[in-house]
Amino acid sequence: MDKFFTQMAEIFSNPKYLDEFLSGIWDTTYSTVVSTAVSFLLGLALAVLLVVGGKDGVRPLPAPFMKVLNAVINILRSVPFLILMIFVLPLSGLLVGTKIGTVAAIPPLIVAAAPFIARLVETSLRETDQGVIEAAQAMGCSPFQIVWKVMLPECRPALISCFTTALITILGYSAMAGAIGGGGLGKTAINYGLYKYNSAVMLVATVLIVILVQIAQSIGGHLAQRSDKRLR
Amino acid sequence: MIQLEHITKTFSGQSPESQVHAVRDVSLHIAPGEIFGIIGYSGAGKSTLVRCINLLERPTSGKVTVDGVELTALSERELRAQRKKIAMIFQQFNLLMQRTCLDNVCFPLEIAGVKREAARKRGRELLELVELADKAGAYPAQLSGGQKQRVAIARALASDPKVLLCDEATSALDPQSTRAILRLIQKINRETGITVVIITHEMAVVEEICQRVGILDSGSLVETGRVEDIFSNPQTDAGRRLVYPDGVLLEELPAERVIRVAFDGGSAYEPLVASLAIDCGVKVNILGADTRNIDGKAFGTMLLGLPQDPAEAARAMAYLRGQPNVTVEEARDYHG
Repeated sequence: MDKFFTQMAEIFSNPKYLDEFLSGIWDTTYSTVVSTAVSFLLGLALAVLLVVGGKDGVRPLPAPFMKVLNAVINILRSVPFLILMIFVLPLSGLLVGTKIGTVAAIPPLIVAAAPFIARLVETSLRETDQGVIEAAQAMGCSPFQIVWKVMLPECRPALISCFTTALITILGYSAMAGAIGGGGLGKTAINYGLYKYNSAVMLVATVLIVILVQIAQSIGGHLAQRSDKRLR
Repeated sequence: MIQLEHITKTFSGQSPESQVHAVRDVSLHIAPGEIFGIIGYSGAGKSTLVRCINLLERPTSGKVTVDGVELTALSERELRAQRKKIAMIFQQFNLLMQRTCLDNVCFPLEIAGVKREAARKRGRELLELVELADKAGAYPAQLSGGQKQRVAIARALASDPKVLLCDEATSALDPQSTRAILRLIQKINRETGITVVIITHEMAVVEEICQRVGILDSGSLVETGRVEDIFSNPQTDAGRRLVYPDGVLLEELPAERVIRVAFDGGSAYEPLVASLAIDCGVKVNILGADTRNIDGKAFGTMLLGLPQDPAEAARAMAYLRGQPNVTVEEARDYHG
């Protein structure tokens, strides 16, 4: 216990730690936000395909195509994230030129999160009031207009919630990425806690991650609620 | 304006037995400017039939022609263009909940590519028409049911349609809002000459504004005619059940022979029974009576129990048959 307090005292006295945490916060935020933005767009596109292309969708697509799409999403979702990352790291080498560091973690994060987001958003989009879609069809909307002008705007609050959930999940993933060379608070926690037996640094890094999650959740929840015109 | 020819819609199930025949061989012509009612109990296939008019449901077989265009022969793209002429309102209003009332009304114009300024101007005019100009910036969640339906009507009219389909449009509303909505539809019909098709399970709705009505029973159109004809003298079981929902069971009636006397707009019915007693000395039992005021004329039916004595009964029948504007029939099979 004494060791822990000594370590803790050192965190506050040695500026090296402040730098470590600040750059950790920046790296984590950066990789999380970029990965979420890209994977959300990918996931959204996949979700629209899943909803629109289904048998009862507004623009049914060939059944074999839908089967393959579903299978790919399910397979990607069932591979544990850490293992998926190792599989995808070569892709990082190809795309961003490095397999180590914050930026290297982004492609695996996207590949891992996009299928998850696709399912999340799919569920939300399926909850669009069928009557409203029918009304739009009766007005002569094309499938594209139904997606773009009806489904997505009507689901805006749910989509904001999905985005928040995705952001938080990816933040967790990005911490895990620290184990295999990713940057950020996760790396700090693992390096110090696991390899240098410095549980004080690990604790502080964890607390910072928790605070980031809380901030993301409350901003997301607030925005979702404020954008929902049904609650007035 | 609307021509349905031998429309059949079958929903396929897992096995041939689980098939649902929602609409069976319905043929129907609706004239321009007409307000036509389609009535039937829930499950009769009304909603499916009305969805066959704008092909939200594609009929299994049959031909749909609206405003001279055979919809069943069009491609998806051509159909979408035609649908802009066929507006529809719904029981659940189906407004876009994340858009303001004005934006809801402008929606069909936006779809059609009308410039934003022009669309907004038209939208405001339409809100004015449905007396909701002050709610332009409100969201649907802030409105009452009747107000939501008025916004839906304004939205339906935005694309200057030739046909307005109303699918149980008043069924979720209270009686007052129902009347207000029906009057609004009537007013729009008179002013613009739009053809209106009203789907309902409520006799009162048909009575209030329809000129002609079709009765749908188990997917078949069993009776079609002028509202006053159908109401004064329904020809089918389904028709009688709808017109006299509280009908009596004949077995429970005391009299030997029961006849139904229908009044179709001419005579008042109360003196008839009295004069029957005075003029031919026959006393009849009034077993049930129902009268309605349609277009200012009295329509109604009465169930009369004739006396036991066959001679007296025959006299009464002969007397009644001699009256103007009265139809008499034996009610043998009538079960409420």
